[in-house]
Amino acid sequence: MAIPEELQYTKTHEWVRREDDVATVGITEHAQDELGDVVFVELPEKGASFGAGDAFGTVESVKAVSDLYAPVGGEVVEVNEALNDAPEKINEEPYGDGWIIRLRISEEADLLSAEEYEKVLEEDE
Amino acid sequence: MAAQALRHTPLYEEHKALGARLVDFAGWEMPVQYEGIKAEHEAVRTAAGLFDVSHMGEVVIKGPQAEEAVQRLVTRDVSRLSVGQAGYAAVCYDSGGTVDDVLVYRTPDDFLIVVNASNREKDVAHFREHTGDLDAEVVDESDDWALLALQGPWAVELLQLFTETDLSSIKYYRYEVGEVEGAYAVLSRTGYTGEDGFELFVRPNDAPRVWRLLIEAGAAPVGLGARDTLRLEAGMCLYGNELDAETTPLEAGIGFAVNLDKEQEFVGQESLRREKEEGLKKKLVAFKVEGRGIARHDYPVAVGSETVGSVTSGTLSPTLGEAIGLALVAPDVEDEFEVVIRNRPVAARTVPLPFYKRDKK
Repeated sequence: MAIPEELQYTKTHEWVRREDDVATVGITEHAQDELGDVVFVELPEKGASFGAGDAFGTVESVKAVSDLYAPVGGEVVEVNEALNDAPEKINEEPYGDGWIIRLRISEEADLLSAEEYEKVLEEDE
Repeated sequence: MAAQALRHTPLYEEHKALGARLVDFAGWEMPVQYEGIKAEHEAVRTAAGLFDVSHMGEVVIKGPQAEEAVQRLVTRDVSRLSVGQAGYAAVCYDSGGTVDDVLVYRTPDDFLIVVNASNREKDVAHFREHTGDLDAEVVDESDDWALLALQGPWAVELLQLFTETDLSSIKYYRYEVGEVEGAYAVLSRTGYTGEDGFELFVRPNDAPRVWRLLIEAGAAPVGLGARDTLRLEAGMCLYGNELDAETTPLEAGIGFAVNLDKEQEFVGQESLRREKEEGLKKKLVAFKVEGRGIARHDYPVAVGSETVGSVTSGTLSPTLGEAIGLALVAPDVEDEFEVVIRNRPVAARTVPLPFYKRDKK
């Protein structure tokens, strides 16, 4: 399961890519694999604000519904609208075209390094 | 966790070798998916899929009064079943609530009742409790059988490669005893997918060989995930979702499997008769979600601000690409209502069942 070095992670299996004060958020390859075929994504509105750890949306597979949690706090500056028509991008490219939202960071949180996230996955097994 | 050890079917090693994701299902470690639910679903709709359903129970009712016993236990009039025929039926409590939904096969000497894995022990106890005064024996033969389901438009042709039994001569809901590549098999033209196909009762020792044969011939292994989406599209009930002890077969829309006028009384008959006279307390409806979102089991159904029922099963239909579901609602609910998806009411509209019907050749 790929865990790119340059990203940060949460215990709830989101990833974060930082560029200046903007964080791009998605779910990890492990998370999409656990979910199975993603068929529906409920996205927040642009402009909505979330605190670190708040649920900001849901991702649904054929069988399961899973909440998405904001790894850091901030305002939604962009949502990946393409997921409305092609939610399977989350399965196909979880770290690429399957990104979910971009947040302008206003609240930091303790995030995991790739190495730490890998340990979380090992402990889960 | 001090969980009880999970049971394994004779095909457990096959599932592991195929890389299946295994989950606890009614105390059994079963494959929920192999390649993915959507791909497996599509394989059954367009080609052929193979399911391991060996966790299901096989209970045989035998003895001089076997027929009387079965008549008392199930809602269908089994006197109308000929030898070699199977019929869908419900098993009820005195209250009319449902113990299980089952397939009853009439064999030359006995009756075979195929029961849900989750209900096996409860069913056997119920069967014995209600037939103790009859000269009939209730034998749980579940451990003596593996059960494979080969389903899809290619299923019959594919299975024909490995058996001398003329499969085209076996009608829907009929079975014959034969062999699959030398393995003793009961070949039953039944299924739970809305497609043509067979369910194969084979001996546990033969099961892995028969499984591999069919997989190597091109059948896709299919897990319980796609089994659920397939049966829902076909409008079939699942015990624990549409049916339970608080729901009668009439309410769940399987009145076609209930012979209320059956001469020999069955357990629950009086309650069901009364319910029919007085009117159902709830009814099963099929619906499509018209707004954005997917209805799921246990989501509330509302009309305006009033909760009028709940979703029993719901998914995004892989075949239709639409959110579909079944719900138990108050009898006066009309064609339009809302499904409450995470506190958000989303419009839904009833549709006739089934959601999906195959083209008959």
